[in-house]
Parts: sequence; C-alpha cells; structure tokens
Amino acid sequence: MEITKLGIKEISHLIRNKKVSTKEVVSSYLDEIHNKDSLIKAFLSVHEDEALRIAEQLDNENNKTGMLFGVPFAIKDNINVFGFETTAGSKILKGYIAPYNATVVKKIRNHGGIIIGKTNPDEFAMGSSTENSAFFPTKNPINTDYVPGGSSGGSAASVSGGFVPGSLGSDTGGSIRQPAAFCNVVGLKPTYGRVSRYGLIAFSSSLDCIGPITKNVEDAAIMLNVIAGFDENDETTAIIKIPDYTERLKDGVKNVKIGILKEIKDFDVESSVLNALNKAVSKLIDLGAEIVEVSIPHLKYALPAYYIIAPSEASANLSRFDGVRYGLEGEGFNLRDFYEDTRTKGFGREVKRRILIGTFALSEGYYDAYYMKASRVRRLIEQDFEKAFNGVDSILLPTTPTLPFKFGEKKSPLEMYMSDIFTIPVSLAGLPAISVPFGESHNGFRAGMQFIGKWFDEMRLFQYSNALFEEA
Amino acid sequence: MYKATVGLEIHVQLSTKTKLFCGCSTEFAGEPNTQVCPVCLGLPGVLPVLNEKAIEFGIKLALAMKMEINEFSTFYRKNYFYPDLPKGYQITQYGIPLAKNGSLEINTKEGLKKVRIQKGHLEEDSGKSIHIGDITESEFSFIDFNRSGVPLMEIVTEPDLESGDEAYEFLVLLRSIVRTLGVSSGDMEKGALRCDVNISVSKDKTKGTKVEVKNLNSFRTVKRAIEYEVERQIGLAEKGERIIQETRHFDEKEGITKPMRVKEELNDYRYFPEPDLPPLVVDKNYIDGIKNSIPELPNEKEKRFISQYRIPEDYARSIAYSPRLSVYFENVAKFADHPREVANFLMVNIAGFLNEKNIEITDIKFTKEHFKELFELIESGKISLSIAKSVIEDCLRENKSPVQVVQEKGLIQISDPDSLTKIISEVLRDNNLQVDQYLNGKDKVFAFLIGQVMKKTQGKANPETANKLLLEELSKLKNER
Repeated sequence: MEITKLGIKEISHLIRNKKVSTKEVVSSYLDEIHNKDSLIKAFLSVHEDEALRIAEQLDNENNKTGMLFGVPFAIKDNINVFGFETTAGSKILKGYIAPYNATVVKKIRNHGGIIIGKTNPDEFAMGSSTENSAFFPTKNPINTDYVPGGSSGGSAASVSGGFVPGSLGSDTGGSIRQPAAFCNVVGLKPTYGRVSRYGLIAFSSSLDCIGPITKNVEDAAIMLNVIAGFDENDETTAIIKIPDYTERLKDGVKNVKIGILKEIKDFDVESSVLNALNKAVSKLIDLGAEIVEVSIPHLKYALPAYYIIAPSEASANLSRFDGVRYGLEGEGFNLRDFYEDTRTKGFGREVKRRILIGTFALSEGYYDAYYMKASRVRRLIEQDFEKAFNGVDSILLPTTPTLPFKFGEKKSPLEMYMSDIFTIPVSLAGLPAISVPFGESHNGFRAGMQFIGKWFDEMRLFQYSNALFEEA
Repeated sequence: MYKATVGLEIHVQLSTKTKLFCGCSTEFAGEPNTQVCPVCLGLPGVLPVLNEKAIEFGIKLALAMKMEINEFSTFYRKNYFYPDLPKGYQITQYGIPLAKNGSLEINTKEGLKKVRIQKGHLEEDSGKSIHIGDITESEFSFIDFNRSGVPLMEIVTEPDLESGDEAYEFLVLLRSIVRTLGVSSGDMEKGALRCDVNISVSKDKTKGTKVEVKNLNSFRTVKRAIEYEVERQIGLAEKGERIIQETRHFDEKEGITKPMRVKEELNDYRYFPEPDLPPLVVDKNYIDGIKNSIPELPNEKEKRFISQYRIPEDYARSIAYSPRLSVYFENVAKFADHPREVANFLMVNIAGFLNEKNIEITDIKFTKEHFKELFELIESGKISLSIAKSVIEDCLRENKSPVQVVQEKGLIQISDPDSLTKIISEVLRDNNLQVDQYLNGKDKVFAFLIGQVMKKTQGKANPETANKLLLEELSKLKNER
C-alpha cells in the first residue's frame, strides 16, 4: 500500500481503524516532499517538526473523530496559519509570522487535519502560472517543463505531486480551477460567501474564495463539509445550512439538464480542449443527461470588467503593506520616500501593474467610466447566468481555453490573462464551480472540465462532476 | 455690512464598549497599543465586523437631532496613506449615510434659531501619531493604535451659523444631547468631540470663499477661531484682497489662524464600496424601538423646568443641559419643594463647591432629605436664607446634616426682640457718625447699619426683625432730636 497515492477519505479511514498510524502517514508524505519537492518547488515552507509532533499527539488520542483525522494538508501561502511564515508569495511579507489562524485553518485542525506546509502562489494571488511568485516558480509535477497554473499553483502541484492528499487554494478569477486543471487534479471554487475569508490575505475582496484542491471529487466534498459555513468574523459569509456534500456523489446525471455555452465558438479554444469538451458532452449524454444550449451574451465582457474590479479592490487591499508595522521596511528621509522605497522594493511587476490600474480606475473623474461601468457589467453577467439557470441544472465549460503552457511562454500580461476567460465570468457572478480532469492526454495532460452550479448548490456540482470524473 | 456663514463638521466618538469593527476595548488613556488586535491593526487577512451598538447609538443621536434614518446605508473605503491609518484606507459611510436632514434649535440673542443638519454617518477612527517635538522636524514618531477603529459619528451641519457665539451654543447643546442620550462622553479635551469649521463672509447673498479651520480642541477655541477668522476675512475683503480657499489651523497661543504648515496635498480619496461589509439595513421597527428609548432632551427639559418649576432661564438651562444635575435637581425639588431655592443653592453654592473640588454632583452626600431639613430650619425661623447658604457649604465640606451644622456652630437665628434691641443699641452707639448722616436724611446709611448688626451677630440676626427694630430705634432717636 502506497500511502501517498491515497485520498483523504481512505487515509482517515485507515487511521481510524488503526491500520496505519498518523505518524506513518505524515512521515510518508514528508519523505515524498524531501525526495521530490526540490524539483517541483510546491512549498514555500514545510513545518516538519510540528507536523510530526501533532501526528504523535493524534496517535495518542483515543477518540479518533473528525472528518480529516490524521490527514496532512498544504495551505496556500496567502492564508494565515498561526506561527507560520505567511508571505502570500511576496517579498514585502518575507519573514512575516502570522499571529492568528484563518478560520479555515481552525476548521481543518478541529477535524484532525495536520498542516504540513505553505504552498507557493503567484504574488498576492495575481497570476496564472506561479511565475509571479517573488521566490521561485513551481513546476508542474506531470511535466516539469510546464507551469502548474496559478495562482494556487503550489497547492495544485502539492496534490498532483503526491505531497499531500488535499490542499487549500484561493480563487479570485480562476486561481483554484485553472491550476487544478493544469495539474490534472480536482479544484472547487465555492459560492462566494460559502467559506469564510477570515485570514485570507485579500486580493479582491468581492471575488476571493477559499476552496479545496484534491485528487478526487469525493475528497473535495469532504473538505467543503469541513470548511463551509457562516463565520462571525466574516460578514460576507452566508447563513445557509451546510448539507452533507457527499450525499449525492453517486446519484449520477440521469435526466439532469446540463447547459453548454452557445457562444463558445466566439472564443479561441485549443482543439485538444474542444475535443475533451465534446467527449465530455457525449459521455454525459450516455449517462442519461440532457444537453441544452445556453447563452451568456455578456461573457465576452467578463475579462475587461474583472481587470477593473479586481485591481481596484487590490489597490486598496494592498495599501496596508507600507513598511510601518510589519514586513519589508524601506528607507527614506521622509514619509513619502519611505513608502515609495518600501513598495518599490517589496512588490513585483505584476502586483505593481495591478495597483496602478486599480488606482487609476478609482480616481476622481474615472470612477464612473471604469469601476461603475465594470460593476454594471458584472451585474449583467450575473443576470445572464441567472437566466441560463432557469433552464439547466448546471453549465459545463472547459476550465481553460488551452492545455498547460511552458515557462516563459506567455510573454505579455494580456496573453496570460486569457488563460482565465472561462473562470473569470463565474467568479464575477459569485457562482460555485468545480474543475475535474477529463479526456485524452496530450503530453500527459488532460483538459479540465468546469461544472458551474447555481448559487450555494455545490451539492449538485459534486454529483455531476463525480459522474464524469469516475468515467475519466 | 458683512455677514459670516459658518458650518460645522463634528466627529462624535460613540461610547460603545468595543470598537466599530472588532472586540477591542475603547477605554480612553490605556497604555499605548494595549487595546489592539489583528483587525484594528490592519494585519493581512483580517475582516471588519460591524458593532451593533454603534449602529444603535448612531441612530439614537440622529433621531435626537430630528434626522431621517436611511433604512439602507453603505460603507465605503476612503483611501489615503498615513502611518496611523493601518489599512491604508478608512471605512466610512459614503454614498448613502446612516441619517440625513435634521435640525437643532439653539438659543441666540435674537431668540431660537434652527440649524439644519445635512447628514450623519458612521466611520472608524484612526490611530494616534505622537511626534517628538514639531511634526516637521521630529526625528521619529510613535503611533498608538488604541484609538484605531473606535466608532465615530460624523455630523455635518448646513452653513446656518453666523458667529462664534452661535457655534459655541450649538456645541454646548450637542454635547448635552450626547450626554443625555449616553452615546458619548462629549469630552472635547479627550477627543470625544472634535470640530472642524467652515467659514466664509459676504456682503450680499452671494457665497464667499470657504476657509476650513482645524485643530480646535475646546468650545472656546472654536468660538475664538471663528471670531478671528471672520474678522480676518472681512479685513481682506475691505482691502479688496482675495480670500484664498484653504485649510488653516488655529494657533492657540497667538489666538490667530494660520495656513497649514504641512501643505495638504490635493487628496483624491478614491472612494469605492467596501466589499467586506454588506450594506447596512435597519428596519422600521428597530428604528422605532430606538425612538421610544430616547429620553427628554436638554432643550425640551429646559423649557419644562421654566414652566413647571418657575426657575430662572439661565438656571433652567444650566441644570437641564447636565444630565446629572437635572436628575439631582428634580429629585430634590419633588421631595423638598421650593424649586427656586433649590435651583439657586444648586447653581451657586453646590456648583461652586463642585468646581472647587473638581468633582461631580454624584460624588456629594448632600441628599434631598438634607434639603428638606434645611427648608424646615428656614421656615421655622431658626435660620435665615443667607445663613442657609453657609450651612449648605459647611454640610458639603464636613459631610454633616444641616441640623448638625446649625447646632454645632450655634447658628440658630436671633429673633428675640430684646436681644436684638440690645445689639442695635450698641451698634447705634458705636457708629455716631453714620447715625447722624441717617438722621440728616441719608437713607442709604441704613444698609450699612443693618450690616453692622449682622456682623455683630455673625449673620444670625433675623433679618426682618432686625430691620423692623433698627427702624424703630432710629425713629426714636429722630423724635428725640
């Protein structure tokens, strides 16, 4: 039995039944990290001693309850874990030790999960390849010439590479789904408000979502069972009952109406991805689903709207990194010089670009033309989806328009941004979506298929995506 | 004739136990940076959670100023960089404020005047920068984040005020309202009430150039700054010079306003809706509940005191504007009657004692029962009204009852005609010169002679009896001549 090939459910099951000790599990994963992460570089930090110490504690516990009991997890480095360095992939937070736990971290630990390390993101979650990390890029474990996607590239690679059975990522415009697709693992972006953001270093507060990255759909459902719910520390979390998300995993897609996008031909989609989509559609039909064409007329405006809204919010969210209280401290004779030096040295190019875009978009005289207009577009996209969902239970879209690309391949920011054209509209509408690998592999890579659900209907997403996943 | 136009922007610190967006204490003057947490320090990853009590206090204050409450209001981010602003933005209500369109009536020389209130909104306070020496030369500065995130209600008036006196009146009334409601300490010196002033002057109906004055840390300073600024602007206008639209600060020592030394850059705050907070929605029932909890306001109380207790206007005002004094006054007046005398004792003798000791009315042990005792002593003729005043003062100082003081000091009034006649004879004998003057028609000397009688009896002579007897004795002398 190779422990590092197992999933969350299997591992916790084995530990509970004393077939294997928590310490053995943690050690196996740590060995895997020792052996391979110098090449993959999924982790920014690994907390070996603490992981082993907690493993021992858990082994001594008589009452082995908790949905994640004894299972190791990796956490994206933009999520605060008390006592751990938390950098969000930025030089400006190098050496910053988090003084409190994110709500999701507390929840994972309350269910017996063990956090063994922090994974590499694009700086402040801004990017689609981890090439924007201030420290190093993460390699795609399937083929190290390729990017793992981003911004949760480290989290996706840590699961794909067998370093952990599950990880947490954050998704603002596709940052969980796109790397999950690139690394051929499962990634869920929950409905906005389903999972607490408390402790997630904000990029774009109205879009940011924390979600799981796992080897299979069932594990993602188990993780959502743990991390979902209202949080008194986050006013944007919904007070909506959390069901058992694993309940309908085996219910299939018989008589389920799946929408496919009428406008997909307007987008530049790689043939391998289109083939995978078509194959998924036929498979769903085989399984008894009904395929319905739906229209999201404003989909093409999602990218520009997103690149106004997200940078605008980011420009404010990143203002706190001024060197006064924590993090990198620049030099300067007066306050202005000090700020300038701190932020010039502390932020990378992409982060600066977005701060500038956002600052501009919110400026007096431009606010209406940019921020307000983008907000209106956002509302229109939301309404498009609302309408589309009148006729279907879920919408199927490729997660990305292409298979993974190589390092350095996307030369301009705009080319890179295009990687998220199918994930961004879903984020703008606040909808849940899950990416599962499907189709033939090219260079070892299969495409990611994205099921988009109605608001707070993650249950059905797991159901439909699992039907396809199990056929893959 | 120039006319001044003055508008106020007031920040009222709401006296909630915890901050606006986190559970930290709002206690004043704690050790620096001991009342802080990740939220009010703006650490990475934190989120604000709105304090319900602050909403309640804000609505209460708004209703007391007859404002309309917006059932739906919004929070925005106001972006600017400053070391004591930990997030790099302030969360403040913008767009749709909590409350709008209210008014307060103030007393002016020309009678009651309505001052319109434009809006009232909630926002968080920043931390406090402490510079070593002058801000422009200070080598380093400290920041205390205890104040960071403390709830404020900003109140903006329409430019309905016309003088420093009116602004002063407005602030006194507002302070008294926040104290009566219990929504703020209203202490300007502790920063619980802060006021910026907008001033312009004009000869006709056109609007003058608006100048903002900041750094005003007492009611008196507000008044002085306005008076100075109005004069300065009229002076410029008279000379045909241009008034510059700018922000000035008041130099307390020199008593003048000066342009800000640290030039404020043209600020673009890049407001946008705060994504971390859903719009604030309050329903009508909630608002009505708060409405019903609003006690009688000081200006209403003042009117009632005048009509119900027939006490002089200035006393009615001073008592009504202080929640503690008015509770004390009404308690006593209901129990011991004689409201006019009670008001007089309260505002002269007791207030004097409180000032001297720098204590509150709630700190003294002179009760309504003591007042009753005192009035009985007066009514039974045992002491005079003037003796009563010193009795109160002795009671306060020595923590004794009026009867105790009167007995111990032998203050019982001398009403016995024989004893008094004897004393009067002595006074007349000892003051031949004055007696002559009186007998020669200088009536005013009578007061002097009565004074001598009082002096001889240490004020214990029954004034009526003494008056009567002195007159009798003098007329006897007149007849003898």
